[in-house]
Amino acid sequence: MIEVKNLSKRYGAFLAVDRISFDVQEGEIVGFLGPNGAGKTSTIRILTCYHPASSGSARVGGYDVFNQSQDVRRLIGYLPESTPLYPEMRVREYLNFRGKLHGLDAGTRQGAIARVAERCWLKDFIDRPIGHLSKGMRQRVGLADALLHNPKVLVLDEPTIGLDPTQIRETRNLIRELGRDHTILFSSHILSEVEQVCSRIIIIAGGRLIAKGTPEELRHQVSADSRLIAEVQGPTGDVRLAVAELAGVTGVEVAETDGWCRLAISSNGSADVRAPLAQLVHQKGWHLRELRRETATLEDYFVKIIAQQSSAA
Amino acid sequence: MRSVSPITQRELSAYFFSPIAYAVLAIFMLTLGVLFIQTTFLPGADASLRQLVSVMPLVLAIFLPVLTMRLLAEEFRSGTIETLMTAPVNEADVILGKFLGAYLFYVVMLLCTLVFAIIVAAYGQLDIGMLAATYLGLLVLGALYLAVGIFFSACTSNQIIAAVCTILPLLLFTYLAEMGAKSVSGFWALLLHYVSIQGHFLDFTRGLVDFTDLVFFVTTTALFLFLAVKVLESRRWR
Repeated sequence: MIEVKNLSKRYGAFLAVDRISFDVQEGEIVGFLGPNGAGKTSTIRILTCYHPASSGSARVGGYDVFNQSQDVRRLIGYLPESTPLYPEMRVREYLNFRGKLHGLDAGTRQGAIARVAERCWLKDFIDRPIGHLSKGMRQRVGLADALLHNPKVLVLDEPTIGLDPTQIRETRNLIRELGRDHTILFSSHILSEVEQVCSRIIIIAGGRLIAKGTPEELRHQVSADSRLIAEVQGPTGDVRLAVAELAGVTGVEVAETDGWCRLAISSNGSADVRAPLAQLVHQKGWHLRELRRETATLEDYFVKIIAQQSSAA
Repeated sequence: MRSVSPITQRELSAYFFSPIAYAVLAIFMLTLGVLFIQTTFLPGADASLRQLVSVMPLVLAIFLPVLTMRLLAEEFRSGTIETLMTAPVNEADVILGKFLGAYLFYVVMLLCTLVFAIIVAAYGQLDIGMLAATYLGLLVLGALYLAVGIFFSACTSNQIIAAVCTILPLLLFTYLAEMGAKSVSGFWALLLHYVSIQGHFLDFTRGLVDFTDLVFFVTTTALFLFLAVKVLESRRWR
């Protein structure tokens, strides 16, 4: 549904997006994850035909965003980051106006407004001026606007930013529900949100694509360098030597706490040294009081990426 | 072209919802009312609006930029330009829609000034032909002013800058060009006379509908609307 090839965007000397390629299949919910200033909004603005790309190409539903921009715009429902709205208009008026811009006739428009008002819980304030609404309500109006013409593709730029925890959960559920009828690309800088909602994640930082895949795939990549934590009672030197000789172990760190050796064991790839370690302790007649695998979470991975990016910059 | 009419409707209703438009309308009528009493509504004065209308280029050069300053500058400032330009509309529709919205509000302003014509007609013999020519002149004059205003509003996200940048060239071409034309001679006098808005407008107030005057107003209006479209499109090339 969305194909992006070698997309770059340059603002003067500043390279905001650096040769990004990815695609989104029909029916997928894809999370576009990255720290602030990673190039998420720049990429999204190219996809929604607001800005042209400096190089590379992007197609939505088979249409080129630059040469067939009007076709692309009809296909996309877009919620910009700051949810810009006209404060002097009432919600219903605004949706009516937006419906006209999308070429919906009067009958379809009424039906569409009723449908999105229901979906985005606008009923209580549909006749209030937009200028009087809270940030959360405005966000819902923006989302209703994006859904109005029943687009195949929804592009949501930071849909939960500035919302309170309840609203964030509601919005997240709504996105998940919408995923049944629409292809969704949404950006966020909060990993847990993306992890919960998306079928696939694209991580970008500093304008570059860092990783892409399903949450499981990414988690697997991350857990490859997981560590084993064990607490063993025995002569420190012997313990260190014996453990280091176990098959698959690549490194051991030992710290002593109240007479116990606290071991942090790193192993290569998929080698699971938990059973051999337990056996070893048993053979030597030492004691074992803790043995667990410290799985790196995606959160750690994400934080690491950001740290690498900011130290590189 | 489909989206011109919704944009026009939105702009027009935005005028009627904002206090600025009412303030413009009230102060505009007050200014004209005072001028009317001082110049026209006198015993023995001509039963025509010529005196009053001759100051209209000056009055409108100050009031109309206040109407147009918001049109695009505010969209840029608040970011609504992003939702607008990612909807299936093109730049020409947006400019034309907004222009027509402002123009219809201007027509409402002109309809209000008909009250002066009615008063004159009640006390004397008003030349209807001359009045019609005058209003035709006002219609094309306002179109040019609004087009210039839209162009400058498309250039900035600051309404005040848009207004000031519009008022200056309007005053320059309305009055200074005419004054300049009198102080030089030959080619330069001819040129300054041709670009003088006041000169072209005064023909209408004499009851004279000259084709060259109409061409002047229509082409310059079209030029500024075209430039405004190009400025809005240039956003897609940056």
